[in-house]
Amino acid sequence: MSKLPVSARIYLAVVFVILYAPIFYLIIYSFNSGGTMYTFESFTWEHYAAVFEDTRLIVILINTVLVALLSGLISTIIGTLGAIGIVSLKNQKLRNTILSLNNVLIVSPDVVIGASFLILFTIIGVKLGFASVLISHIAFSVPIVVLMVLPKLLEMNSSLIDAAHDLGATKRDVLTRVILPYIQPGIFAGFFLALTYSLDDFAVTFFVTGNGFSTLSVEIYSMARAGISLTVNAISGIVFLVTVLVVIGYYMILRRADKDSRTEVRA
Amino acid sequence: MATRSRSSLIVYIVWMVAFVIAPIVLVVYYSLLDLNGNFTLSNYSNFFSLAYLKMTLTSFWYAFLITAFTLLIAYPTAYLLTRTKHKQLWLMLIIIPSWINLLLKTYAFIGIFGLYGPINAFLEVFGFEPTQILFTDFSFIFVAVYIFIPFMILPIFNSLDKLDKTLVYAARDLGASGWTTFRRVVFPLTIDGVKSGIQVTFIPALSLFMITRLIAGNKVITLGTAIEQQFLVAQNWGMGSTIAVFLILIMVISMLFTGNKMRGGRVQ
Repeated sequence: MSKLPVSARIYLAVVFVILYAPIFYLIIYSFNSGGTMYTFESFTWEHYAAVFEDTRLIVILINTVLVALLSGLISTIIGTLGAIGIVSLKNQKLRNTILSLNNVLIVSPDVVIGASFLILFTIIGVKLGFASVLISHIAFSVPIVVLMVLPKLLEMNSSLIDAAHDLGATKRDVLTRVILPYIQPGIFAGFFLALTYSLDDFAVTFFVTGNGFSTLSVEIYSMARAGISLTVNAISGIVFLVTVLVVIGYYMILRRADKDSRTEVRA
Repeated sequence: MATRSRSSLIVYIVWMVAFVIAPIVLVVYYSLLDLNGNFTLSNYSNFFSLAYLKMTLTSFWYAFLITAFTLLIAYPTAYLLTRTKHKQLWLMLIIIPSWINLLLKTYAFIGIFGLYGPINAFLEVFGFEPTQILFTDFSFIFVAVYIFIPFMILPIFNSLDKLDKTLVYAARDLGASGWTTFRRVVFPLTIDGVKSGIQVTFIPALSLFMITRLIAGNKVITLGTAIEQQFLVAQNWGMGSTIAVFLILIMVISMLFTGNKMRGGRVQ
């Protein structure tokens, strides 16, 4: 089964090369002293140095990470509580309606989300900037957290909760000692996804960012519209490194969660 | 349990009213306003004018091409991936590029397709004159397909992975050729994965505006670019909202189309 014919191997190899080529192309030229993405002159770190010397860029980087962490955290709390609430609903019809509404922001095109949030913030008078970007990121991350936590809650045996009640646990104990530990892997997955959605978002942020505030995506867009700048290449090098580290971290958490649940079943 | 759950639901419901229901209502409301804030249906009549219909059709055509090419490349890839030895690891490697910031990947193609870029350098070896590949339909579709491939592979891979292999053996034992087995057994059983793959490609392809701006030049060729143009350049929120209402309608139709999958809220 594992022996693939040569043509199949070539096909997969071509797909892999095409998927990775643009990324490595960017990274290789980030070390080019020539200043273009066409002719490689000699190796240099100067573009990376330029990133770290540019205080404006550093502020934007910090903003981006801050927005991602805060929106990830807040949306995880809202989404987890929401999922617990949804599961407790007895009315099937109401539950389905809420779940469909939950999916609206996931299926909605970014431009529509961005444009409608722009109208919303203008009407209720939220100044465009850090607050509007953070609120938007929380808003579009909540449904993803719900979708990550919900399956864990549904597979949870309700007799666990009954047992806890019978043994004298308060409602608070049931939540913090029984429900939350059980759905923890779902919560982590939701948080990580919210984080990546926030870091990767361009369209929504572009609409609600105003003049004074910028995130990495919006900044790269304006730099790219101005033409080629190897500073952007250096940023991609850093982003790639961080992404790979995050992927490895995420993978390890998933594996640990997987192993935990397996040993629990056995025990 | 009941009272606590009720209170935990409150924040979530507030979120839903404020960021799901209110924005949709506002977009519909704005689509009925002209530039001076008076009620009008002129935005809608504008939308059904020849220029806009043409743009809408073009946008659908591009989205169709992008989805078709993405599916054409993603399906065999997903299929072959499920047959590799360490398939989860390979899948992970396919997914990693989708985690790199979208803007950076798009920016890479400005260099790759540029007049002095590697593609032109490669063509020159064969004696072709360097041409501007950037700002053409080809470059736009290529970059969009590139962006969407991992998102299409993922759901198809999942449904192929769940496929009961004995069904394939049974079909072969009963004398079906490889192609017949694929057409009559494998493909129908993985159609759900294909559907969700199309869903995560088609509607986003209709609403692309960043790639059109950077790669296709400043042409307004997708509904997404038109919305961005109306909202942020022309400052005509009414017209922009009208196009957004149209996109929301398409989205609702597609949600109804794949509705049975969304219920129960299980992704993957």
